[in-house]
Amino acid sequence: MADEARRIDVHPILGEIEKGKQVAFTYDGQTLYGYEGEPVAAALKAAGVMVHRYTKRQHKPRGIFCAIGRCTDCVMVIDGKPNVRTCVTPLREGMDVRTQYGVSAQKEV
Amino acid sequence: MKRYDLIVIGAGPAGLSAAIEAASKGLKVVVFDENDRPGGQLFKQIHKFFGSKEHKAKIRGFRIGQQLLEEADKAGVEVVLGAVVEGLYLDKEITVKIGETLYHYKGDAIIAATGASENMVTFPGWTLPGVIGAGAAQTMMNLHGVKPGNKVLMLGTGNVGLVVSFQLLQSGCEVAALVDAAPRIGGYGVHAAKVARTGVPFFLSHTIVKAEGTNCVTGVTIAQVDDHFQFIPGTEKHFDVDTICLAVGLSPMSQLLKMAGCQMEDNPARGGQVPICDENGQTSVPGIFVAGDVSGIEEASSAMIEGRIAGLAAAEYLGYAEKSEVSKEKAVMEGQLESLRQGMFAPGNKGKKIEQTQEGIPVSENLLTRGFVADDEIMRFPGVTKKAGVHPVMECTQNIPCNPCQDACPKGCISIGSHITALPAVNESAQCIGCGMCVAACSGQAIFLVDEQIGGGFASVTLPYEFLPLPKAGDKGAALGRGGQKVCDAQVISVKTAKAFDKTALLTIKVPSEMAMQARFFKKEVAGDE
Amino acid sequence: MNDRSRDIGPFVPAPDDDMIICRCEEITKGEIRQAVHDGMFTLTEIRRYLRTGMGLCQGQTCSKLVKSIVAKELKVSPACLEPATSRAPMRPTEMYILGNEAKEVR
Repeated sequence: MADEARRIDVHPILGEIEKGKQVAFTYDGQTLYGYEGEPVAAALKAAGVMVHRYTKRQHKPRGIFCAIGRCTDCVMVIDGKPNVRTCVTPLREGMDVRTQYGVSAQKEV
Repeated sequence: MKRYDLIVIGAGPAGLSAAIEAASKGLKVVVFDENDRPGGQLFKQIHKFFGSKEHKAKIRGFRIGQQLLEEADKAGVEVVLGAVVEGLYLDKEITVKIGETLYHYKGDAIIAATGASENMVTFPGWTLPGVIGAGAAQTMMNLHGVKPGNKVLMLGTGNVGLVVSFQLLQSGCEVAALVDAAPRIGGYGVHAAKVARTGVPFFLSHTIVKAEGTNCVTGVTIAQVDDHFQFIPGTEKHFDVDTICLAVGLSPMSQLLKMAGCQMEDNPARGGQVPICDENGQTSVPGIFVAGDVSGIEEASSAMIEGRIAGLAAAEYLGYAEKSEVSKEKAVMEGQLESLRQGMFAPGNKGKKIEQTQEGIPVSENLLTRGFVADDEIMRFPGVTKKAGVHPVMECTQNIPCNPCQDACPKGCISIGSHITALPAVNESAQCIGCGMCVAACSGQAIFLVDEQIGGGFASVTLPYEFLPLPKAGDKGAALGRGGQKVCDAQVISVKTAKAFDKTALLTIKVPSEMAMQARFFKKEVAGDE
Repeated sequence: MNDRSRDIGPFVPAPDDDMIICRCEEITKGEIRQAVHDGMFTLTEIRRYLRTGMGLCQGQTCSKLVKSIVAKELKVSPACLEPATSRAPMRPTEMYILGNEAKEVR
């Protein structure tokens, strides 16, 4: 499904959804596009990315859960820093966003 | 360390209202909020609020948020965003993380308006990506313009579950079903009815057996539960969904108050751990006040009034206002608060089954279990009458504190009377002119204009419509009944939009006369759609 | 409540014991139930014993769930269990920020 299909362009009550300028960022090395200032999680969601991390103990996938910075389930490795809450971190041009494995960006062997 | 007269924690409806009130009495006030935007959850509330004029009824939540911000600005309130209050200590000192620095502040008074957090339930697969809180869905779609999913199952039929389901539909998502382990719908019937009439099924006494999927949700199985909430084998139902939304209640976020040494209690009626406080919101620690959901889960409308009362009380506590003056203002606010706590959904009625309305009319059983009033139940309510010519039909069947419809009608067709929770009744002597103001004013989208005979054996039904794309005059399709089933063919006669309707379009459809009391929604014919 | 000699019966395995309750620290329902039988009768003890509610979210999601599981195991109402101690910081905060206390006012 296209990116646009997950975005709400015109809303019956809110009208046109205000967006920042389009910026490129990388997700596990792959170039994706989102809007500057929106949460990283929103840009990933619009791009169809569901899994943000795999847990340390059971290696289970996690993604967005509360979307307001409380549950910390959506954390990823951003610009080399692990445990960054993507739902409350604004997207910037050129951000390096990586799936988190346990507490690092390295898949465990 | 910097000192303020009053430090407010949380810039939601309660916190902003408290700050505005206190600043207007001359206090030097600062509001800290951990979020990047103020307004708390108000900016995600896109529906029209209930209540009366004093409660900003029929205004959409996010607009109330804008008004509060403007008011706060005018009152000279300093709002600091991205400011996480990390600790609240003895002597009303706080530590706040702003950017990458930790600051200390002292308030001569503190108002904690930290709101609530969502409750969760567990089931196999509940940690899968795609299982989200209802608040997350609201945040994604109403703040960031991203659909939470394409096909969603909602667990929970309290007002949050109902309202968010409707918002999902408005965002273009499909809602597969609303599910609740309770035997009856918990939220307002009118909220349920506007979802049900679009064709979304309700499954009461059902809950989730498991979420399916390996890396993310690909489906869900629900099953019926017995009186002890145990699954009944053989009742399983499967839905292909990519999202499961949890709306199973809220808990006060009261940890800061516990940290500060306020006396706490576990009060199920208030939603969990809350500080013990007096009618001003003052806790056991003099000078520390609470307002809004942190002191007990309620609606934003009551949070705003509680905030104002706490703001006034803080002003009095610090000697900025005379007791006599404050008492008078508080009495008015307490009256407003009291009126919001009336009716079937009053805090004291939580969990109780109400058999009849205050007018003595039996409550619609179908509304409580399936989300809509059945055709054979609807005629017993005072807002539903038949009459020659165009007239309002008010399918408002539960006593809730709300009365904008009464003021909306320029001709006096609708009467609620002095008791705000009374069901709206049709004033037979007044003449409806079909302006539709009542249809747009009803926060519950429960008012329709019906003309049983427009000639040729047809009737017209005008209904509130808040979806895109907006149908056009001449469009053909199906008229859906209250339960969302097709009842007959229909054609759109007119589509009215107006600034005064505030984004609620008025869709008038033509249906056979005998369907005038059944057709309550319109679904456009799509090529190839049966 | 704190009567440690109270007999709460033996630990009986349940089919949903592998259900994750604390999402951050990945603690299961079975581990929490077992901890009660190991003698952890208060939420503070459970927290120290298992790390429930001590992960990144600091118990925002699981506190109520843990409380109801422990209460059920102790055969008491959740309302009579004292919640675990509230402590700063309320949100995940890096050590360097905790150490970076402002000398000046903002």
